[in-house]
Amino acid sequence: MNRRPVFLMSVLAFGFAFFYVPILSMIVFSFNNARLATVWGGFSTKWYAKLFSNDQVLEAAWLSVRIALTSATVATILGTMAGIALARFKRFRGRTFFSGLVTAPLIMPEVITGISTLIFFILISNLLEAAFGWKTQRGFTTITIAHITFSLTFVTAIIQSRLRDADIAVEEAAMDLGSRPWQVMKDITLPIISPAILSGWLLAFTISLDDVVITSFTTGPGSTTLPILIWSKVKLGVTPDINALATITVCVVGLGVIIAGVVLSRAERRRDLDAQMAYRANE
Amino acid sequence: MRATAPAEPVRTSAADPAPFIRIDGVSKYFGTFRAVENVSLEIRKGEIFALLGGSGCGKTTLLRMLAGFEDPTKGRIFIDGQDMTGVPAYDRPVNMMFQSYALFPHMSVEKNVGYGLKHERMSDAERKDRVREMLELVQLSQFAHRKPHQISGGQRQRVALARALARQPKLLLLDEPLAALDKKLREHTQFELMDIQHKTGTTFIVVTHDQEEAMILSDRMAVMDKGEVRQVGSPTEIYEYPTNRFVAGFIGSINFAEATVASISGDLAEVEVPSFGGRMTARAVPGLAPGQALTLAVRPEKLAISRERPAAGNAVRGVVSDVGYFGKDSLYKVRLPSGAVLSAHSANARRAAEAERVATWEDEVWLCFDPTAAILLTG
Ligand SMILES: Nc1ncnc2c1ncn2[C@@H]1O[C@H](COP(=O)(O)OP(=O)(O)OP(=O)(O)O)[C@@H](O)[C@H]1O
Ligand SMILES: [Mg+2]
Repeated sequence: MNRRPVFLMSVLAFGFAFFYVPILSMIVFSFNNARLATVWGGFSTKWYAKLFSNDQVLEAAWLSVRIALTSATVATILGTMAGIALARFKRFRGRTFFSGLVTAPLIMPEVITGISTLIFFILISNLLEAAFGWKTQRGFTTITIAHITFSLTFVTAIIQSRLRDADIAVEEAAMDLGSRPWQVMKDITLPIISPAILSGWLLAFTISLDDVVITSFTTGPGSTTLPILIWSKVKLGVTPDINALATITVCVVGLGVIIAGVVLSRAERRRDLDAQMAYRANE
Repeated sequence: MRATAPAEPVRTSAADPAPFIRIDGVSKYFGTFRAVENVSLEIRKGEIFALLGGSGCGKTTLLRMLAGFEDPTKGRIFIDGQDMTGVPAYDRPVNMMFQSYALFPHMSVEKNVGYGLKHERMSDAERKDRVREMLELVQLSQFAHRKPHQISGGQRQRVALARALARQPKLLLLDEPLAALDKKLREHTQFELMDIQHKTGTTFIVVTHDQEEAMILSDRMAVMDKGEVRQVGSPTEIYEYPTNRFVAGFIGSINFAEATVASISGDLAEVEVPSFGGRMTARAVPGLAPGQALTLAVRPEKLAISRERPAAGNAVRGVVSDVGYFGKDSLYKVRLPSGAVLSAHSANARRAAEAERVATWEDEVWLCFDPTAAILLTG
């Protein structure tokens, strides 16, 4: 009787270990005093100091943050609108097609998305050059656009599922009390889904911040984001400063995910409480 | 004997000059499904009108068309003489109290109640006064700053009512307003609702599937079945003078028997009732002809039970097959020689020990009813 839980627990522990020990060891070794990344030589924060005096790293970090902020914000605005349209306007022409379009990137291999986006950008830039003689280069703009299209999907899915659970009668009640559709949106719908919007934004931000595949397809000369920089440095061997850089990235991304999770689960718990009380009132 | 009973149910609605709400041949189809079928109703100013019917008979759909959330497939709705066709929900002089209450979860009780006033032309002070007044009306002043999830179900129901009343609508629609409350609170709130309606003079349309609630609350009611209105009238009219089998069977309990008209003389008709084993006298309804097949219906409380054959009235003989004691009254099931079983209710007006009661199992009894208590149903 007691065997199974023990077995299950050890599998679980092993799974977790497999997942998190590498990350932990990376964090530990980022404080290593030795030059070799795999031999412990005492505690030190010198790699962090080195990192913050490295212009190349700082520039890449700044570019990554700018791209993440912009793409997360635009993706959240567009994704919220798409989510509302899909969840609330039951019948419009091409609804199924549209919802398929929005969710396709979720299951599309990233490489495919990357290649197709790249081909698209090349086409556009050729066109611009032919039409206006305007020479364009891939960089901040193209990466940002690619990230928007990708993270849009996640935001849409979050908003859509949140709205599907929400009581549509609440919106009808607002309209019944004299509010026009846009006022209902502003007073009722948006406040109710605001936790989902916030967590959608955080998710989009973290997705953009650590993306390598799509970024490497859509970047151009001189535009190196942090993950790309790490990637190219690792090719020359893992050094402690990369550990330090990766540790910082993990912290930022982890923080984003944790905040998103806390915000959503808190909203959910409150909703559950509401449902429970309504249920109790029913008895 | 109730010689004063009217010969025909009174139908004042037809004589009413200008009804406040006129529903004119309204139908609503979802695809090919007929949720509401050719409903015509006239509702007077200041009355409580109940829509009663079983689950899925189209009550909510009809209410949603009045509120402007659904467009009728056919027909038109007039409120205060104004055609509502094409008027959106936010422009109608109508407010609705939702079955689920639909309170705004992110707003306090006070903000919920005041929400509709945002669109009214009034000063902030007036707005505040109105909210205070509404909260006093529903006795929730001390909960003004709570959120909906911090108050009880009954309190939420009153917030929903206050919110719907705050804009002083001409018409208030209430969809199963008391369904979520327990029995005690429901009874209490029924009277509160009537009191509030009386104070504000608002016209109420109340949807309910609870017949007792409809009877207690309403001035008049419509009984619906499968999207159609089967009868409109005051609770007394509906209960005592049902015009068809559905309504008679839906409200309260009743005994049905197949019958054939034998003869008609003035106010009364003689009908042959095979399962009762003979002729019965009943109050005639218009348009009867000898030989016509119809249904005779008698409510259980109109059947008097006795050991001896009564001197006058219709009498049927049978054997008590079951007795149910409910305290204030008892239910007797009486089997007739034809095999039919009639239910008779009799009030336990006297305190009696079991042995002293009128009848018990296997006793031979007479069931007697007045001609005015017998209902002839042709529909
Ligand atoms: N949007 C819709 N699409 C299709 N069918 C619908 C729609 N709304 C209601 N119906 C159908 O119309 C019928 C009437 O529904 P309605 O909600 O008016 O019933 P009701 O009388 O209020 O029932 P209840 O007492 O259970 O609330 C039901 O059979 C329902 O399934
Ligand atoms: Mg309903």
